[in-house]
Amino acid sequence: MEEVKTRTELQVSAIENGTVIDHIPPKSVFQVVKMLGMENCKEQVLFGTNLESKKYGRKGIIKVANLFFQSDEINKIALVAPSATLIVIRNYQVVEKRKVEIPDQIFRFVRCFNPNCITNHEKITTKFNVIDKEDLKLECIYCEKVTGKNNLEFI
Amino acid sequence: MKHKSLVSIDDYSKEEQIQILDLAEGFEAKPVQNILNGYVVATLFFEPSTRTRLSFESAASRLGAQVIGFSEASSSSVSKGESLNDTILTVSNYSDIIVMRHPREGSARYASEVSPVPIINAGDGANQHPTQTLLDMYSIRKTQGRLDNLQIAFVGDLKYGRTVHSLTFALCNFNAAFHLVSPEELKLPSYVKRKIKDNKLDYFQYTDMNEVIPQVDILYMTRIQKERFSDPIEYERVKNAYVLRNEMLQGAKKSMRVLHPLPRVNEIEKDVDPNPMAYYFQQAQNGVYVRQALLASILGVC
Repeated sequence: MEEVKTRTELQVSAIENGTVIDHIPPKSVFQVVKMLGMENCKEQVLFGTNLESKKYGRKGIIKVANLFFQSDEINKIALVAPSATLIVIRNYQVVEKRKVEIPDQIFRFVRCFNPNCITNHEKITTKFNVIDKEDLKLECIYCEKVTGKNNLEFI
Repeated sequence: MKHKSLVSIDDYSKEEQIQILDLAEGFEAKPVQNILNGYVVATLFFEPSTRTRLSFESAASRLGAQVIGFSEASSSSVSKGESLNDTILTVSNYSDIIVMRHPREGSARYASEVSPVPIINAGDGANQHPTQTLLDMYSIRKTQGRLDNLQIAFVGDLKYGRTVHSLTFALCNFNAAFHLVSPEELKLPSYVKRKIKDNKLDYFQYTDMNEVIPQVDILYMTRIQKERFSDPIEYERVKNAYVLRNEMLQGAKKSMRVLHPLPRVNEIEKDVDPNPMAYYFQQAQNGVYVRQALLASILGVC
């Protein structure tokens, strides 16, 4: 009986080397793919969504071969997937596992909610200082207005 | 402050702000000095603001600088669809410093990122207008002899008035007490009040101006605009409650001064003008000295 249980089938195939992003809220999977620029990735990208999760009920997972992200680069996904776990795989082994954290600054991806902000009228990359990580608050470095989670919109 | 753009009042420390005020005193004593001879100051007004533009141009001219620029977007290549990036990069080839006014918030910060020459923000939408704040500080210091420990009243539109927000932030460094007089609909925003509290200072809110006049050193009046009200009846009800008339100043301290960023419409009656407490026209004149100090300091000639 015990032996059968340990042979659980993987719902998304394992990768030899690369990064796994686990525990993504199902509705955010495609946003994460977009944020990390995987649409144009030349490596193998495997993903599943609405998979069973003991912790969260349903979850999404993304596995990307041979790609390893810088902290700053990966942390931005915490905006849409605060529960996500980052797992680094080398030679089929987990070598690092951690939660994503909201970074201190956010570049691109988020639109400033102020309709009169210059970033909504010229081709300018948005930049925000994260002034509150608990109750997400992003202060635009240009117009100085604060975009909160209720008016968060991705570009 | 050499080569340092001024976009928000917070870009300058308290010490740097005081340094500008000290320099401005020198220009008040001797307004015509040929120290910027050979320099070119660009004034790019993407929206018209005649008063601010003339004040800057007067400041530059009195120091011997040449002024180039435009007074509205329609007379520039912006009307042909040029991006702000391109306008700034082009004009920076022709000038040593750019003074800009723009209807979009954040435009001056962006310009300061792309421009090889320093930027002075002369107003970006409803966001910042730091040279107004500095001239307000100059006027307060000049009339009261100090900036510290003053009782200051702001009257009128405290919700949308950016001059009130910026001046409040600046005076938080000088142990001020804030008396806030406004209709319910136009109270000071909570983030500004939080800043006062963060600095362990006090503010008091009123709806009746008469209560505060005897208590304060500065009475800072602002214009209440009809379009700020969701309910036009509410506007009709309050509009006359925030008009200053000369007889209301009877109980005021002799040293008290009335400030206003101008233009005024009807919020200060003309009968106040001859009263020695009325200071708003000198306040506008002080703007020239403060702008002279900024130009000279940022261009590194003093």
